[in-house]
Amino acid sequence: MDSVFTFLANLFSVDFWAAAVRFATPLLFAALGEIFSERAGVLNIGLEGMMLSGAFGGMLGAYYFGSPWVGLVVAMISGGVVALVHALISVTIRGDQVVSGAAINIAVQGLTTFLVRTVFGVGQRPTVAGFEKWSVPLLSDIPVVGVIFFQHIPLVYIGYLLIPLSWFLLFHTTWGLKIRAVGEHPLAADTVGIQVAGWRYGMTVLCGVLAGMGGAFLSLGQLNMFLENMTAGRGFIALAAVIFGRWNPATVALAVALFGAADASTLRLQALNVQIPYQIVLMLPYLLTFLAFVGLVGRTVPPTALGQPYRKSER
Amino acid sequence: MDIFQPEAIGVQLERTPERQRDGRTWFLWTLRSTAPLWAVVLALLVGAVVLEVAGVDPLRAYGAMLDGAIGSWAAVGLTLQKSVPLILAGLGVAFAFRCTLFNIGAEGQLHIGALLGTVIALYVPGLPSWLHIPLCLLGGFVGGAIWGGLPGYLRAKRGLSEIIMTILLNYVAFWFTSFLVHGPIQEPAGYYPQTEPVPESAALPIFWGAGRLHIGFLIALVIAALVHVILFRTSLGFQIRAVGHNPRVAQHAGISPVRNMVIAMLISGGLAGMAGIVEILGVQRRMSDFFSPGYGYDAIAVALLGNANPLGVVISAIFFGALRAGSNMMQRSVAVPAAVAGFIQGITVLFVVIAGAIPQIHVRWRSRKERNG
Repeated sequence: MDSVFTFLANLFSVDFWAAAVRFATPLLFAALGEIFSERAGVLNIGLEGMMLSGAFGGMLGAYYFGSPWVGLVVAMISGGVVALVHALISVTIRGDQVVSGAAINIAVQGLTTFLVRTVFGVGQRPTVAGFEKWSVPLLSDIPVVGVIFFQHIPLVYIGYLLIPLSWFLLFHTTWGLKIRAVGEHPLAADTVGIQVAGWRYGMTVLCGVLAGMGGAFLSLGQLNMFLENMTAGRGFIALAAVIFGRWNPATVALAVALFGAADASTLRLQALNVQIPYQIVLMLPYLLTFLAFVGLVGRTVPPTALGQPYRKSER
Repeated sequence: MDIFQPEAIGVQLERTPERQRDGRTWFLWTLRSTAPLWAVVLALLVGAVVLEVAGVDPLRAYGAMLDGAIGSWAAVGLTLQKSVPLILAGLGVAFAFRCTLFNIGAEGQLHIGALLGTVIALYVPGLPSWLHIPLCLLGGFVGGAIWGGLPGYLRAKRGLSEIIMTILLNYVAFWFTSFLVHGPIQEPAGYYPQTEPVPESAALPIFWGAGRLHIGFLIALVIAALVHVILFRTSLGFQIRAVGHNPRVAQHAGISPVRNMVIAMLISGGLAGMAGIVEILGVQRRMSDFFSPGYGYDAIAVALLGNANPLGVVISAIFFGALRAGSNMMQRSVAVPAAVAGFIQGITVLFVVIAGAIPQIHVRWRSRKERNG
């Protein structure tokens, strides 16, 4: 019983919420990317694979250049290149987007595992230069809030900035209007001269770049190394968060925070030596995401043309 | 969505050569009908490039792979043995495809099926083989069906994404099984995270000694035939395909989309569950937490390469079984990481998707030709 109380007390601790922010950040990047892609009508199930390639690329970049920032750039490129394959199949070839994404996940998992074992040897996990914690001046001195939000690595702050930026871009600029038009009614968008294929390519690649950043957070922001299949389903949790938050950056950020908190609570459970088997602890984030998804998501209205290829002038 | 409805494409294309026998149409038709083969060849080529770039001689790697896949009777037996769970789980994924449902959860269903079947094998003792084995297989089916039916119901009733639900349930199933074999159903000795061996009465006998192949292979072939009959010769199969083709039209015709989606996911999950228990009873002979090297995920590739068609699933499962057996051998004999097989698998599916779009490219070409000429 004691440990249960300790656990509950921990849920109200500052450390716990700071950990929640850390866990939420990779999900945030991937989920924001998916919003752009889905708003433009391209369903990206390959989010997991793009995160994983970002995690791998980030490690590789940091390993060879000794800088996490170079690693981040390599991660963004890695995610973007994988996304380009998805865009090619979804937009130009008009293949099935779900299948393409699922295949990308399988391929990237195989490729990154193969490469890390070939380049560094089986079981070798080089430690690379990761991001250093940087407390935001003034803001980090605020009691409670400062510790929770402003004593992290820089990637976390980039994540914060991306939330209002994405929201503003999507709902208050002409670009955002075009993106949404392409995803809701591509024919109408095409009629008024919006480049449907171009926007879809752009948004899919942007999604891959952001997912790559999320992956880089895992390999350069937490462990400073790459582990095989280290994304462990986070791409899919991010996909759930996008539906959960109804394709709106603000609400998706809240959903991501919720899933981050679920993740952090399992870490707390492990650290506290509560008498719960660790397998159950590791199961919880997925179970909680599933229950939240089933229990709280009502009928959602995805972008109308989501997943449908667009044919320009077929007649 | 055409990959889900291969027969629709097939009908359209098979007729075209009669009507229009120009060279390009014929060429495209041939290309389309042999697409899975080209997908495999191209994927192996891409794999060779990756091997070369990583500093591995592709010929040496593929040579070792071929040797491990079909180099001896033992290798052939191993290939077929590895194909058994892929056939069953692949049939499961294909079955859901026919209803335009994307069951990425075969891995989780496989775990729960293996779990329930193993529990029956271990804790219902004293039965003769002819009763014990079918009972365990039924347990495997039911376990998988529950794990697939739940998201199927939520998808049908409430329109929630079955893709996200099934993938999340994979992780839940894996850790749940892992928990059980680390504690409640662990062997009494308690050294390893595994159960006791299943009793002789529940083990699937080996029918081909040279290849050490168990009768699960024959069971899988029978189930494939059965799935073919259900899909194409019964009213249930027709209804499921009709809902897959267009739920609204089906509903107007008096076919319930909800009911058929749930049934499709029950059967889909059940087949994946059987894959799990057959692997336990035929190969592992006991349950542990890492008994599946991702058969459930491979099953997605199997179903796609096999065009969601039972015969195609069997053939592509044997191919992926060969890839798995061969790549393990490659890792042992020439020290090339077997993970490259996963990459080749993913790329194969990407090429299949591209090939699936050929009919549209064809239509585009033809309409352009008609306009111009």
